Formats: sequence, structure tokens, C-alpha cells
Amino acid sequence: MINMPLFPILIPLIFAIILIFFPKNIRAQRLVTLAGLVFTVGAAIFLLVDVYTNGVQAVTLGSWPAPFGITLVSDLFSVLLVTTASVVTLFAVLYSFESIRTEREKFYYYPAVLFLLTGVNGAFTTGDIFNLFVFIEVLLMASYMLIVLGGEKAQLRESIKYILVNIISSALFVSAVAYLYSVTGTLSMADLAVKVPEIEAVGIMTVIAVLFLVVFGFKGAIFPLYFWLPGSYHAPPIPVLALFGALLTKVGVYSIIRTYTLFFTMNVDFTHELLAILSILTVVAGCIGALAYFDVKKIIVYNIIIAVGVILFGASQLNEAGVEGAVFYLVHDMVIKAALFFLVGIVAVLFGTSDLRKMGGLMKTRPALGWFYLIAAFALAGIPPLSGFPGKLLIVQGGFEGPHFWGSIFILVTSLLVLMSVIRIFLYAFWGEPVETIQVKPSVYRRLFVPAAGMVVLAIVLGVGAELFMPFVSGAGEVLLNPSIYIDAVLKE
Amino acid sequence: MEIVMSVLVGFLFMAAVYLMLSKSLLRIIIGTAVLSHGAHLLLLTMGGFGGTKPPVVAYGVTEAEYADPLPQALILTAIVISFAVTSFFLVLAYRAYQELGTDNVNLMRGTEDYD
Repeated sequence: MINMPLFPILIPLIFAIILIFFPKNIRAQRLVTLAGLVFTVGAAIFLLVDVYTNGVQAVTLGSWPAPFGITLVSDLFSVLLVTTASVVTLFAVLYSFESIRTEREKFYYYPAVLFLLTGVNGAFTTGDIFNLFVFIEVLLMASYMLIVLGGEKAQLRESIKYILVNIISSALFVSAVAYLYSVTGTLSMADLAVKVPEIEAVGIMTVIAVLFLVVFGFKGAIFPLYFWLPGSYHAPPIPVLALFGALLTKVGVYSIIRTYTLFFTMNVDFTHELLAILSILTVVAGCIGALAYFDVKKIIVYNIIIAVGVILFGASQLNEAGVEGAVFYLVHDMVIKAALFFLVGIVAVLFGTSDLRKMGGLMKTRPALGWFYLIAAFALAGIPPLSGFPGKLLIVQGGFEGPHFWGSIFILVTSLLVLMSVIRIFLYAFWGEPVETIQVKPSVYRRLFVPAAGMVVLAIVLGVGAELFMPFVSGAGEVLLNPSIYIDAVLKE
Repeated sequence: MEIVMSVLVGFLFMAAVYLMLSKSLLRIIIGTAVLSHGAHLLLLTMGGFGGTKPPVVAYGVTEAEYADPLPQALILTAIVISFAVTSFFLVLAYRAYQELGTDNVNLMRGTEDYD
């Protein structure tokens, strides 16, 4: 099927439009959303197998040949992320059934989630840099809605800052696209990969590359540009937070990896050195934040920033181990961040607060929750059989093989800090003197716990079955390191 | 012409930054609108003002006269998006004013402990 790459984008879009017609019928909303997401996951998995067996798939919209029209390209890297994003959204919606309030469900919560997935999948799939801007706006529009939905004071206050930051970065994105177009005369990524090496003015291309790094850095929350993230991500309810943490920043990270491996490779000494330094600073800044707060949400939110740094450090090395590690860690991080937010959300519901100092002794009443949280925490920090380990190992190896061995040392040391920050939640919430918890109906608790446990199981499978999973990751790394595969697939006659 | 447009774009960016640094929410929103228009003009300028004939393949139009259609298509998309975002932002600002009782961003600072 030649139009396969379109399906993970179109299915959520169509289902979201259908959902708009009957907002007050919650039962139907839930069923239709679930159906849509199951179809999306199915299409994504089908596409994954297709790309794995038949190589990079490219669709030219309206049959305009590649440099002129918009191309949608599914290589293994993008399709892995599309699949993971769809699966994470499916679990987040299952989790929302109990944790999001009916008032939100009646006000187009599910359509917004599906629009968000449309934007995310589109941004991962598109092969045109302006189209990337458009898809990022689609997902931002949906995220604006999700972040204000409910209209609590804190939400309104934080969403103003969130929107302001994103408008400024969008304006910069348009400016960066303008400069790129004036220098190269093309916006198709494959065509850019052909034309950029021919440009003699390396200086101006470096400026454009750094401008793009600033733009995607805003979206992906790298070191000096992450300031908006902790506040904004603190405001919305947990399932929205899980979606944001698992998907939104990853789009920025994906865009950086894509542009910095495919065509901004003319001045690696400067641009990738800068990326490596910034990513290590991101890790350090995230660690400081993660250790500084006594709020369960804040701790996990700062762990998003740490993960962004780790992934980008791997990608900045531009060697096989580093890039493969970045791909693996990216997939792992989407899964484990969603799992941790779900688990922490249950903890916050049980205690009625997200302040660690008011918690304690949950291990006695909810042992399963405690064990699953412990496994998720170990997976996040990269304890061997779990999913964080293979990715981090490859990234560290890439650092030692590449020019920035000191970065690998930083990542190894900060892994301990990551472990400490999440184990702190375990110590406060699950050990110690029992604190009175809010009585939750067993059926409600089960419906919250099952999706969370599902995500943790997925993380375990990803780690233990890393051997099964590696062919996909190394295929993705191969496409990233050899842009000619991508170019040939898109610019074929 | 390109020089004049570049200066204008720079002026718009400057005005936008000035507006966005003020405390009033409404001024900030106007600032973001000005900023996006500056970016759109930049996109148009960077496409070049080479052509005088419309971007349609017609008899007797040579390549030198042909205006580049791509920047115009890109701007159209970008303008629609910026209109949508600006209108959303205006509604949000109104709602925030109702809920928080202020449009001064200095008073909107807050930590999780403060509501």
C-alpha cells in the first residue's frame, strides 16, 4: 500500500472530527476514541513492518515530484516514534477514563487528544521543513487547548506563558525557514541534504543551523530554553501531563536529530560541539531541578529535561553507537515518562496532594503500586535488564568513541542523581509512617492502575527484549548516519 | 527594495520585542501579532522580488519575470496560523482576566503553592 505513511496521521484526524459532533455523550466519545486509537496503532505497526521489510516509504502529496511538492517520508526512525506515540496515547486515553473529570470530557477533551496525535505523527513523518512547522502548529494548537481545558487559575496563568513562548519560537521558526529558503532555494529535506553541501558560504549555513537549534530547543526544552517547561507542565491534570511529557518535547528532539543528521552537517566542529555542550548542561540543569523539589510532579517534569539532554548528547556524537543509543533512548523515554506520570498520578490521587512531605507508608496498603513504581524508577535510571539500560549504554559508548568522552562521564554520574531523585519519591511515599489516604473505590483504582502497569510492562519488555528490538533501532541509526538512503528514497525518479 | 523591506522587518521585530516586554497582557498580544507579521514579511523578502509577472505558467512569460510562488504560499499558511493563535490568545487573555482579576503579568507570577 503506497499511501501507508498517511494512515497514522489521517485516522486520528478523521476520528477527532467525528467526535466533535456529539460532545455530551461521554460513553460514545470514549468508545470512538478507543476505536480510533486502536486503528492508529494497528496502522502504525503495519507501517513499521512495511518500512522494515521494504525500506524507506515516501508519499508525494498530489503526485508532485519530490523537490517541488510536499513529501511524507517514513523511515525506520520516524515510524518507530509514530508507533510509540500512538501506543502511549492509547494508554493515556485509557488512563483518562477515570482520572480526567466529566466536565473536561464533555468539552472536547478526546478530540483535542486525537488532534495532538495527528500533529505529532505528522511532524514525525513529514519530509518538508515548512510542513514540519505546520504540523508542529497543529500539535501546539491542540496542546494549548489541553493545557487550558478546565480553566483553573493556575492553568490559565501558566498557559499564558506557555503560549507566549511558543508563539515567539514559531515566529523564529518562520524566520529560520525564510533564511534557509533564501540560501538554498528549497525546503524539501531530501533536496536540502543534496544542496547544503554544495553551498560555499559555510558561515551563513552555520548561523541558520544554530537558529534552527534555538527554535527546536524551545520545543524540546534544551538548556537555556527549558525555563517555561516546569511551570507549564505543572498546571494540567496528569493524563495531559503524561501526553505532553511523552510526546511534545520529543517532537523538538526528533526535529533536532533529523536536521542535524540529514543536512546541517557542513560544520560539525561547531554545531555538534555546541549541541553536545548544551545537552550536557541540560542534563545538569535537569538534575538540579529534580533534586530541588518536594513535589512528585515537579521531580518527574525535571526528569523530562534530563532525558532530552541524554538523547541529544547521543545524537551529537554522529557515530553509530551514539545515534542508535539516541533512537533507543527516545523510544524508551516516551514509554517510561508516561508510565511514571501515571504511577505518580495514582500516588497523588491516593494522598490528595503532590507534596512528598505529606506522604508515607503506601507500601503497606498498595504493595503492587510500590513494586511497579520501583521497576519504573529503575528503568528510568537505566538499571540493566530494564529499558533505560541499552540506550544509555550505547549513548555512553558513543561518547567514549566520539570526541566528547567527558560527556559520557557526566551522563554516568547523573544517572545516579536521576535514580536518587526518583527513589526519593519511593522513600517518602511508600516507606515511612503510614499517612491516612483517601478512600478510592477498588474499580476506580483498578482502572487507573491497569494502564500504568501496562506501560511499565512495556518498559520491561523493551529492556528484556532489547535483542528483538535492536534490528529496528540499528536500521533507524543507519538511515540517520547515511543520508543517501533517505535522499534516494525521496528523490527517486 | 529588499533593503527597505529588511529595515522594515527589523523595525517590526524591534517594536514587537518592546511591546512584549511590557506588563499589560493586551500589549503583549499585540506584540506577538506584530512579531509574526515581521516574520511573514521576512519570508516574503527572502523569497526575492525578482518577478513582475504573476506566478502562473503562461505564454510569453520567461523565467526571469516569473515571480516565485512558494514564499507566497508559505506566508498564506503562516498568516492563517498566526491569526488562529492570536485570536485564541485574546480569548485566553480575557478569560484569564476574568479569573485572575488582573492583566498585569507581574501579578501572574506564581508557584504551585500560590493560587
